[in-house]
Amino acid sequence: MDTAKKNGKSDEILLEVRGLKKHFPIQSGFLRRVTGYVKAVDGIDFYIKKGETLGLVGESGCGKSTTGRTILRLLDPTAGEVIFDDPNIGKVDLAKLNRSQLKRVRPNMQIIFQDPFSSLNPRLTVGQIVGEPLEIQKVASGQALRDRVAELLQEVGIRPENMTRYPHAFSGGQRQRIGIARALALNPKLIVCDEPVSALDVSIQAQVLNLLEDLQEKYDLTYLFVAHDLSVVEHISDRVAVMYVGYIVEMASTEDLYYHPKHPYTEALLAAIPKPDPRKRTRPIKLPGDVPSPANPPSGCYFHPRCRYAEDICKVERPPLRDIGGEHWVACHFAEKLQLQGVSRLNEIPLIELPKRQAPVPATTTATT
Amino acid sequence: MATAAGELPKVAKGKKQEDVGQIPQWKLMVRRFSQSKLSVGALIVLGIMYTIMILSDFIAPYPHDVLDSNNAFAPPTQIVWGSEGPGIYGLKQELDMERFQWIYTPDTSVIYPIRFFVQGHEYSFLGLFPSRLHLFGVDAPPESNARIFLWGADKEGRDLFSRVLKGSQVSLTLGFFGVFLFVVIGSIVGTASGYFGGALDNLIQRLIELIRSFPDLPLYMALAAAVPLNVPITVRYFMITVVIAVIGWTGLAREVRGKVLAFRSADYTAAAMAAGASHWHIITHHLMPNAMSHIVVVGMLAIPGAIGLETALSFLGLGILPPAVSWGILLRDAQTVQAVVTYPWLLIPVALLIITVLAFNLLGDGVRDAVDPYA
Repeated sequence: MDTAKKNGKSDEILLEVRGLKKHFPIQSGFLRRVTGYVKAVDGIDFYIKKGETLGLVGESGCGKSTTGRTILRLLDPTAGEVIFDDPNIGKVDLAKLNRSQLKRVRPNMQIIFQDPFSSLNPRLTVGQIVGEPLEIQKVASGQALRDRVAELLQEVGIRPENMTRYPHAFSGGQRQRIGIARALALNPKLIVCDEPVSALDVSIQAQVLNLLEDLQEKYDLTYLFVAHDLSVVEHISDRVAVMYVGYIVEMASTEDLYYHPKHPYTEALLAAIPKPDPRKRTRPIKLPGDVPSPANPPSGCYFHPRCRYAEDICKVERPPLRDIGGEHWVACHFAEKLQLQGVSRLNEIPLIELPKRQAPVPATTTATT
Repeated sequence: MATAAGELPKVAKGKKQEDVGQIPQWKLMVRRFSQSKLSVGALIVLGIMYTIMILSDFIAPYPHDVLDSNNAFAPPTQIVWGSEGPGIYGLKQELDMERFQWIYTPDTSVIYPIRFFVQGHEYSFLGLFPSRLHLFGVDAPPESNARIFLWGADKEGRDLFSRVLKGSQVSLTLGFFGVFLFVVIGSIVGTASGYFGGALDNLIQRLIELIRSFPDLPLYMALAAAVPLNVPITVRYFMITVVIAVIGWTGLAREVRGKVLAFRSADYTAAAMAAGASHWHIITHHLMPNAMSHIVVVGMLAIPGAIGLETALSFLGLGILPPAVSWGILLRDAQTVQAVVTYPWLLIPVALLIITVLAFNLLGDGVRDAVDPYA
C-alpha cells in the first residue's frame, strides 16, 4: 500500500448501502405476466469511506455492475437504502429521491464505463461529449465551457485540440480517458468505475489505472471499483468486497482479504489467480457445479451446493454479513473456524528499504552527458 | 504543457490538411455515397426530373386539360428545319373508315417555326405569380392546326408532353410527402414506444399489429374511397397523402423502436442520465441522431413504393381524379391493347414511372450503404 493513499483516507463514510435489492421481473406469455424475478442484487450492505477505493469483485453475472448502476439510480432499486453524504446537501437516501431531486445530487456521483466504444456517442465530438454534463447541469456555456473541457482533457492526457475530433479517431485507451474526463467534468466526489480497464489491453490497463490513482489523489475522489480481475483490484483498492449471486460474501481491507480470506468462495477465487512463478503453482480449488441462476438461487447460503466446508445449517439458514473483527465482514457461519488459504506472499526475497533520494535525477541529463 | 498545447493547433492549421478525425459522420456518409457511381447517377437523374417538375408549367407548351378533337391521337410531331430554324408542318386529319382511326398527314406547304420564350396560355408559376412565358411554342395561326406534340396527343387531342409534365407535379411529390408524413409519424411513435416502454409501448405495438393485420390494398382502397369526391384538388391531394402515410408508418415505427431500445441501453445514454439529463435531452442528443440514418434509409426506400401506390390508386380511379392529372391517370389511357399497338406514345408515362422508381431504388441502395461509414 502506498502511503499517500492511506493519508487521504478518513473514517467518514461517503456512501452506505443497506439491504439494496434489484430484482428484474421475468415476463412471459401474451399478457406479459410476471412469472418470477432475476434477483441480480439481493440485499447487499457495504460502505465506502471518503477518499478510499472499494473494489467490488465477483464472477460474471453476480450483480456487480447492477449494484453500481443501482447506486447511481441508473436503475431503480427494488428495496433498500443508498445513503450518500452529499457535500452540499448532507446525507440523502438516493433510493427515495425523485428525478428533480436526483438531478441536484448527480454532479457528485459519476460513472466510468467498461466498453470504451459504446460509452461515447459516435455522433458527437469529443468536446461535446466531455462538455455534455456541464451543459446538462448548466454549469458553464460558451467559452467557459470550452475552457473547462480543454482543462479536463489535459487532465486525462488528451491534447485539448482534439476537442473537435470524433470518437472514431481514438484508440480504446484514449476513448477510456475521454470517458474519465466526462466523469470528472462535474467535480464528483464518488465515481463508480464499472470495469474501466477490462476492455483494454494490459499495457493500457496500467496507464489508465495510474491515471485513476493520480486523479484520486489530486481531487480526493472516492471510487467504487467494479472488476473481475483480481490483480487489478488488488493494485487499486483499499478495501475489497466479494460478491456471489447478488450478495456480498466478504468485505475487508485488501491485505486482509487477499492473505487471510475468511469465506470459502473468496478462497476459491484467490486460488484461481495465475501464479507468476511456475514452480510455485498451486492447484486451483475446483468448485463443483455452476454458478446458480439468480432467478432461482439455492436455499440457505447461496454458496452451499459448491462449498467443500458446507454443513447442514448452510442449507437452511442464509448467513448474515457480520464483522468478525477489524472491519473484516464475512457472510459465513464458520468464518472463525475455517483455516483458509490466501495468496502466498512474495516476500521470500528480502526487500531493502532505500534512503530517500534528495532530488530525482532527470533521465534527459544522463543522456546528454 | 499549456504552451505546447497552444502551439500545436497552429501547426495543424498551417498544414491545411484535412484531419479524418474531425470529419463529422454525415460527411463520411456523403463521401461513401459519392463512391457509388450508380447512386450518384440516380441522384442526378432525379435532380433533373425534379427540376423539370418545378419548371413544368413553364416548359409545357399547352394547358393539360384543353380538348382538341382535331388532334385526337395525333402522333408525335415531326420537327423539320425551315428558313427560320426548326419548325413543324400543320396536320390534315382524315378518318380511315376501314379501321376507324384518325389518319394524320402533314401539310408540307408551310413550315410553322418553333419559337423559344413565347407568350402562351396563362399559368401560375409555382403558385406564386401569374405568367404567360413558355419555353417554346409554335408560331402558327389558330386555324392552321399546326400544334407541336413532342410525345403525341391522347384521345381528346391533349398534348401528352404537357400532361406528363403536369402529372409529374402530383406523381413526384405526393409519394414524397406521403413518405415524409409517415417518417415523421413513425419516428415519433417509435421513439416514444421504445424510450418510455411499459404500457405505452404495449399499447402502440398492439395498435400497429391491428393496423398491419388488414390486407393492404383493400384498406387503401377503402380509405381512398372514403375521401370525398367534390373537394378541391389540393384537399384531395392532401388526403391521398394521408392515406399513403396511414399504413406506411407502422413498419418504420417498429424499426425505430428497436433502434431506440438499443441506443437507450448504450453507455453514452447512461452517462447522460448519470449527469441528470432530461428525457428530451436524451432523445434529441443520443437517440434521434443515431436512429436518423436508419430512418433516412427506410424513407428513401419507401418513396418508390409510395409513388407506385399513388399511381395505382389513380389508375383504379381512387386517387387523383380528372380533370387533374397524374401519371396514374395517364396510365389509364394506356391500358388497352389498342393503345399499345396503335398509339405506343401513350406508354411514355410508363417509361418515366419505371425510371423514377428505379432511380429512387438505386439512390436508396446507395444511401443504405453509406450510412455505416466505418464498415
